[in-house]
Amino acid sequence: MNSELVLKVEDLRTYFNTDDGIVKAVDGISFELHKGETLGLVGESGCGKSVSCLSVMKLIPSPPGRIMSGQAMLQGKNILDYPVDKIRQIRGGKVSMIFQDPMTSLNPFLRISTQMIETIRLHQGLDKIQAKDKAIDMLRLVGIPNPVKRVDDYPHQFSGGMRQRVMIAMALSCNPEVLIADEPSTALDVTIQAQILEIIKELSVKLGTAVILITHDLGVVAGMCDKICVMYAGKIVEKAKVDELYNDPKHPYTQGLIKSVPRLDKPGKQRLYSIEGQPPNLIDLPDVCSFHPRCEYAMDICRQKYPPEFSVDGRSVRCWLYKEEK
Amino acid sequence: MATDNTLVEVKNLKMHFPIEEGLLFKRQVGAIRAVDGIDFSIRRGETMGLVGESGCGKSTTARCIAQLHKPTDGEVLFEGKDLCKASKQALLKARMDLQMVFQDPYASLNPRMTAGAIIGEPLLIYSKRGILNYTRKDIQNRVEELMEKVGLSRYFVNRYPHEFSGGQRQRIGVARALALNPKLILADEPISALDVSIQSQILNLLNDLQEEFNLTYLFIAHDLAVIEHISNRVAVMYLGVIVEIADSKVLYKKPMHPYTKALLSAVPIPDPEVERQRKRIILEGDVPSPDRERVGCYFYDRCPNAMPDKCKNNIPQLREVEENHQVACFLYSDP
Repeated sequence: MNSELVLKVEDLRTYFNTDDGIVKAVDGISFELHKGETLGLVGESGCGKSVSCLSVMKLIPSPPGRIMSGQAMLQGKNILDYPVDKIRQIRGGKVSMIFQDPMTSLNPFLRISTQMIETIRLHQGLDKIQAKDKAIDMLRLVGIPNPVKRVDDYPHQFSGGMRQRVMIAMALSCNPEVLIADEPSTALDVTIQAQILEIIKELSVKLGTAVILITHDLGVVAGMCDKICVMYAGKIVEKAKVDELYNDPKHPYTQGLIKSVPRLDKPGKQRLYSIEGQPPNLIDLPDVCSFHPRCEYAMDICRQKYPPEFSVDGRSVRCWLYKEEK
Repeated sequence: MATDNTLVEVKNLKMHFPIEEGLLFKRQVGAIRAVDGIDFSIRRGETMGLVGESGCGKSTTARCIAQLHKPTDGEVLFEGKDLCKASKQALLKARMDLQMVFQDPYASLNPRMTAGAIIGEPLLIYSKRGILNYTRKDIQNRVEELMEKVGLSRYFVNRYPHEFSGGQRQRIGVARALALNPKLILADEPISALDVSIQSQILNLLNDLQEEFNLTYLFIAHDLAVIEHISNRVAVMYLGVIVEIADSKVLYKKPMHPYTKALLSAVPIPDPEVERQRKRIILEGDVPSPDRERVGCYFYDRCPNAMPDKCKNNIPQLREVEENHQVACFLYSDP
């Protein structure tokens, strides 16, 4: 892709110290995000999807969490080196975030207008009246009926889908370069989910925002994203363009995931494929392939060393199956 | 419609939850019409899928069948006997054949009981009341047998729920439901709290158990792909009423009700090529609150095909439009 590089994350590691040992929640991930692109981060719960994005925003509670190493280059500058007051200008400004649960991510004591105006004034230096106009414009953009009146309502007066729209309006109000959407539609119903995803897709094209979409739903990613990173136990095991990933998944975990989901368009009563076993406990993981206990192709080398990134047909896969013969 | 083949028949089932006002002298000011008059039947050995969005009354329906809520009106015929009017003793007996699996495997198991105690509790209760006579030893054997059936090691019998993962806990929930050799299992979103790779394990387990014990399922989910996979017949609910019932193959190939169509088109499909070519029907607005009585079609406010004269003031009834395909919509029948 030739367009401008917006965010480049390199070798990011976030560990949590617990009484039982060190949890390597994110363990050396790298990805690139270009302008106008949508990147999907897919994986099961506890694989480090959310933690990697929270790390980019430096929102990891510390202690117990610590960003051990890595860089997050936002337009050429490493934001992980920024002091607190400087990163605050980035949060909600150049990088903003939508969270999973629209019921808890708004402050129930404050009017929508108060919450939106706060963000807009902080980042854009507008006065109160201009900021409120801007807030109303944004609410109109995300399809909230009668925004002039609704802007002064409290969060409980909105339904779940409407609250998520407010979150999107708030996140996009400062024209961010990067929008991180952390499971934006998981807490919503299917018909509302379709509405919300449509809005994110439409606005990211309109405003040229790059989007990182975190989800566990392979269907959502297929319709929304250009590129996909599949995560397992804190590492990205496969990176590919969306079509390549679905047509020809390389990593055994990705293959298993795609096969194990029942599909509406291909009905049938055949038995579902299932990946046996459980995702590993992330405490003190040994430095071997963490998928090998569940993998049907496991070889001796998988139990000894973690595979490096192998490049197969221009994609990167972390699996010993793709080691080039010497 | 009731034949020997019918295990459960639900007739005009209504469950209204009262809204009360006043501190000392409570008076009813309204009602949440969670389930507002539904009719359907479940045949022996089949899996009946119940889909709909949150708040449409799926779970309430299941709970009414199990008599965990006393329905406001209507009948629930289980093997021909009306459970709503059954005596306590009769209900106790009927519940042996009718067990539930719940959505949240974290909340549905008592954290202070061991896995063995949880699975054996139904047996213990029925033995204490003199309906079954299992000794302590019998229960222990049965628990171990059940654990193996659902894919848990018998050595886990003395572990507590927090020592298990989500998928394993759901297996405990399934084992508990199986303990009394029920005929019908009401599975209320049994997999929606689980991870993708674990979901398919539980779905396969439920399928295997159905074949082995000749079980009948009422399977509730909001995920249409899952319902399609597991069910023989599917009922679609909206705002407390059933809008469409059909064989699952037919329903997915040829949905008739506008809501079913919208619901099906909203489900994301894990294939980018298919996704790009699909046309979505995006519904406007949200599901309205079920707190008032309706005079017209329940779906009128959001329906893309709404006809003002017909739909606004008449309530469409569920009618058989094609063989084994019932729809409640004026597009297919006149008021």
